Amino acid sequence: MSTATFKIWRGDATGGNFVDYTAQVSEGMVVLDALHQIQATQANDLACRWNCKAGKCGSCSAEVNGMPKLTCMTRMSQLPLDKPVTIEPMKAFPLVKDLVTDVSWNFAVKKKIKPFKPRAPDAPDGSWRMAQADVDRVQEFRKCIECFLCQDVCHVLREHHKHDEFIGPRFLVYVAALEMHPLDTEDRRADLKQAHGIGLCNITKCCTKVCPENITITDNAIIPLKERVVDGFYDPLRWLLNSAKKTLKR
Amino acid sequence: MANEQVSLRQRTFGQTLRPDAWWVQPVVVFLGLSAFVIYSTWAAFQGAHYHFGPYLSPFYSPEIFGDSPHSLFGPKPGWWPGWLPFSPALLILWAPGGFRLTCYYYRGAYYKAFWSDPPACAVGEPRQRYLGENRFPLIMQNIHRYFLFLALIFIALLTHDVWKAMWFADPATGKTTFGIGLGTIVLAVNVCLLSGYTFGCHSLRHLLGGGKDEISKAPACAQAYRCVSCLNRRHMLWAWTSLVAVGFADLYVRLCSMGIWTDWRIL
Repeated sequence: MSTATFKIWRGDATGGNFVDYTAQVSEGMVVLDALHQIQATQANDLACRWNCKAGKCGSCSAEVNGMPKLTCMTRMSQLPLDKPVTIEPMKAFPLVKDLVTDVSWNFAVKKKIKPFKPRAPDAPDGSWRMAQADVDRVQEFRKCIECFLCQDVCHVLREHHKHDEFIGPRFLVYVAALEMHPLDTEDRRADLKQAHGIGLCNITKCCTKVCPENITITDNAIIPLKERVVDGFYDPLRWLLNSAKKTLKR
Repeated sequence: MANEQVSLRQRTFGQTLRPDAWWVQPVVVFLGLSAFVIYSTWAAFQGAHYHFGPYLSPFYSPEIFGDSPHSLFGPKPGWWPGWLPFSPALLILWAPGGFRLTCYYYRGAYYKAFWSDPPACAVGEPRQRYLGENRFPLIMQNIHRYFLFLALIFIALLTHDVWKAMWFADPATGKTTFGIGLGTIVLAVNVCLLSGYTFGCHSLRHLLGGGKDEISKAPACAQAYRCVSCLNRRHMLWAWTSLVAVGFADLYVRLCSMGIWTDWRIL
């Protein structure tokens, strides 16, 4: 067993500071365990959000040594303990207290996305038929636990605070899951270009790096959506072909 | 308990609490891309030492106008303005250059390395203003698929160059015979790596099947999509290895042509 030093952000929206604590580190311990130990022994009023301790609820998101992480999935053995371990709240969202942020902006964004609109049922009993190969692609996006680490690391939100213009990687993944669904008939490309601000993403792949579910956010969701927006608005040849098709149909 | 007053908002360039060497990757990308751009620009303006025997430098292929035996339409045309520098490479390099410039991988890499937007994940940026790819000139990145079409033509042409690099002329009789030199292998490896990069392109992935929601109804597209996706998973690796290969292929032909290196004939 060894002793580790932590610098934990303490404060609220009006201001705050890092405070040093120490914790006994044992084998298999994660950062959230250390936070609980500190909460129990040194700082009873330390605010941190947690629930499942298994990397599935997405509650315990914070920044450990400057990088967005789930504290319940970050092992102490992965961290260099010769220096203090810093723990801060997520920076892309308003601070409530200590390590707790107000992520309600995300839920408001989700409501603005056009919902699933399936085609007419394939069978008289009102059911549909889908090929497994067609749903395989969107299955990856369903793994999202809404921890919002990708939103936190995205510099468009974190640094440039474009919350009014950009929905962030989490909701681009959500749109991709709807848009690529074999039964869905809604066209969200105009929204992606305008209201959702997909053009603001400059493909840094930071969202992919921090995703605890290892969703290939940039390559499998954002870039395919960018290509669909190109289909709809930036490809002159496709525009000519579509215009010709429409003319021939008349 | 020691206290330390800091602001939660990152305001300054490079400010971060990351203890790792986050700056290494952008610096390596900056040096790597800068070295390639400087060398390729220099090589393109030379207009000489770009062919040796059956070998033609990939920077100069296809040679539309030029003085080598590889030229498609003869020497520099008479109508070429005298004030404009001429090199066969300048006529064509914009196409593969544009393909790499608008590539999704390179975009992310050079926005970080050259523009610090951001310098690395969760690291402070030098500017507050940000427009993304919504405005000119970066909105032009959306034409990537058209550069892809050109790049596919280049793959075919460079493959043909490898075929031609297998036929060596006898200096005495002028008769050509089949053979393989080290240069043939250098040009072949270059085409393989360029193909891995081009056929793993995100736009190609979309055009071949990614744009379809019910891809199972088009089995050929589904198979093509799977193949492109397989290459696409290592797109960064293909991008760098092909970049090094194409630069080295030019260097090899150049140094052989200048008599500094001797081409080793294997067969």
